[in-house]
Amino acid sequence: MKLVLHKRETVSKRAVVLVPIVSFAVSLFLGGILLILSGANPLVAYGAMFRGAFGSSVGWTEVLVKGIPLMLTGLGVALAFRLRFWNIGAEGQLTLGAVAASGVALFWSQRLPSWTILPLAILAGCVAGALWAGLPAVLKAVLKVDETLTTLMLNYVAILYYEHLYHVTWRAPGYNSGTERFPEFAWLPRIAGRAHMGIFFALILAVVLWWMFKHSRWGFELKIIGSNPTAARYLGISIARSIVLTILISGALSGLAGALEVLGIARRLQQGVAVGYGYTAIIIAWMAQLNPLGVIMVAMMMAGLLVGGDQIQMRMRLPASVGVVLQGMLLLPMLAGSLFTEYALEIKRPEKLPVAGLQQDVGKEATG
Amino acid sequence: MGFALLLTSILTITLRAGTSLIYATVGEIYTERSGILNLGIEGMMLTSAVVAFGVAYYSGSVWLAVGAAMLAGGTLASIHAFLTVTMRANQVVSGLSITIFGGGLASFLGERLGPATNNYALVGLVGPRFSAVVIPGLSEIPVMGALFRQDMLTYVLYLLVPLAWAYLYKTRDGLNLRAVGENPQTADAMGVNVMRVRYLATIIGGMLVGVGGAHLSLGYAPGWSENITGGRGWIVIPLVIFAMWNPARAVLGAILFGGINAVQFRLQAGGTTVPSAYLNMLPYLATILVLVAMTSWETLSHHIGAPAALGVAYMREDK
Repeated sequence: MKLVLHKRETVSKRAVVLVPIVSFAVSLFLGGILLILSGANPLVAYGAMFRGAFGSSVGWTEVLVKGIPLMLTGLGVALAFRLRFWNIGAEGQLTLGAVAASGVALFWSQRLPSWTILPLAILAGCVAGALWAGLPAVLKAVLKVDETLTTLMLNYVAILYYEHLYHVTWRAPGYNSGTERFPEFAWLPRIAGRAHMGIFFALILAVVLWWMFKHSRWGFELKIIGSNPTAARYLGISIARSIVLTILISGALSGLAGALEVLGIARRLQQGVAVGYGYTAIIIAWMAQLNPLGVIMVAMMMAGLLVGGDQIQMRMRLPASVGVVLQGMLLLPMLAGSLFTEYALEIKRPEKLPVAGLQQDVGKEATG
Repeated sequence: MGFALLLTSILTITLRAGTSLIYATVGEIYTERSGILNLGIEGMMLTSAVVAFGVAYYSGSVWLAVGAAMLAGGTLASIHAFLTVTMRANQVVSGLSITIFGGGLASFLGERLGPATNNYALVGLVGPRFSAVVIPGLSEIPVMGALFRQDMLTYVLYLLVPLAWAYLYKTRDGLNLRAVGENPQTADAMGVNVMRVRYLATIIGGMLVGVGGAHLSLGYAPGWSENITGGRGWIVIPLVIFAMWNPARAVLGAILFGGINAVQFRLQAGGTTVPSAYLNMLPYLATILVLVAMTSWETLSHHIGAPAALGVAYMREDK
């Protein structure tokens, strides 16, 4: 008897749904072991995390506060990953989006009519994020430079620049760090607690992207380039153009996240913009299997883990990073499980009469 | 003599800053030579750095700490090997998740492993460290004397790098490793166990990355602080390309980047007017430049030695 893997003809629908759920359970289990080792009761800790995140209206609004940037960066990353363009620079794109929006809110307010400032600040955030992602995209499209590293290195550059701005160049007089507060007409209105209008941007963009992926020519091109670049070339799709355009949009989504964050929450440029949303976005995009509507759901779950982590830090004096560890653990069983969405496991008994030629050569297909 | 002293001091700092990079680069070269790309180095270095500092703090032994760091690096690498070799997961995404997981785990351990008196945190504690062992006589040589004013982990490198080179190019095992990375089908047909070689290369690579992490928290920047690596684990990936997958050349890239650190350090100590933020961007911008240069060079039809099967899962054609 022998275990054999077959490449499935189509991706298993059941596995697509089951794998993330099982992965979540496995990561809770592994995280539980870590909690026991650090002297805490995992059931109590998880209960406190869940109640802290979803047990009160304050919890819910805080989940939204963290959920909005996670949704937008998650959408941006998912978009890039569809092309198999490994944009792991969402963190830097978000940071520069916040910087650009702050620049408009702080310095253009005297020169332009006040009603133009908020939309211009949001737009500036998108443009900054797009350009910051555009640089690696052009390097990839023109010179074939590996984008994983360039997008990542630019994160560090963006964060150093942002820190320099709020510590030195743009620092408000009388403060140790942080800029002046933006004028009130540049504030993004809030809907409940600290949760702001950004949620509508995230939801609408998710639906638009979902529709585009399914029904537009662009969505079709992304699919072909991502799965089979050679076929794309035969179909006359310009891969270089497609990469640059798509990654500009991917960066714009993260830039938008940064702009909304700074205009809706702190309303000044200060510490706390680059807190790792851009990296969590990678987990979100992959868990959601690059589906925009899935991104919204997974982002809410991840935001719940972060808010819950903060809660148990306050209540149980456990490190808030429990939430981050759980997030990190999510991808590992997920990756192991994705084998089963693409392959089927079959138990084979030794055959008595192997008939050559009748068997399909599934193994060859799988390696290619 | 002023100039020679300046050179000596720059070379000393370069080697100190470059040591962790050389360990990790040699480790990643071995991993990639087997055809496995491991982008998890940053997370592996963070976890091994915190583990090394914690073990050194409680045991008082820096060598035990290095052993623990190797175990930590090797364990995380074995997860990557399991996911990419056995489960055939995408190597880029698997590496990224090791980095994310390792980073989170390191923060968690850093907030939890410390003594109750320090609120269970490791931040701000002082523990045993590798200090410079000055070799009498040799360290007096002008400029090159800097080579003999290093800590023990750096001295180990003087042996490790030539050995790693000789093993890869002069032994049967090294030949098999290279064959697996170039053409796993052929290697398999020759009787090499592809899975086994890939597992071993990934885990040994992870252990070396672990030593690199240990050097950060025990030698270069003694103690534990959040994000102690500052992206070094990522810089290793282009350094491997810069070294053209040859352990002997790993030294060059690491010295280049250690040198940038040293110049930064000297400029700041000398009271430059350039804001430190801009100086701190240099290693990251240099990384991008190195990548662009190496990629363009390769495009101009120079073979730079990337293993042909790098990043490709291998599946035996069993029916």
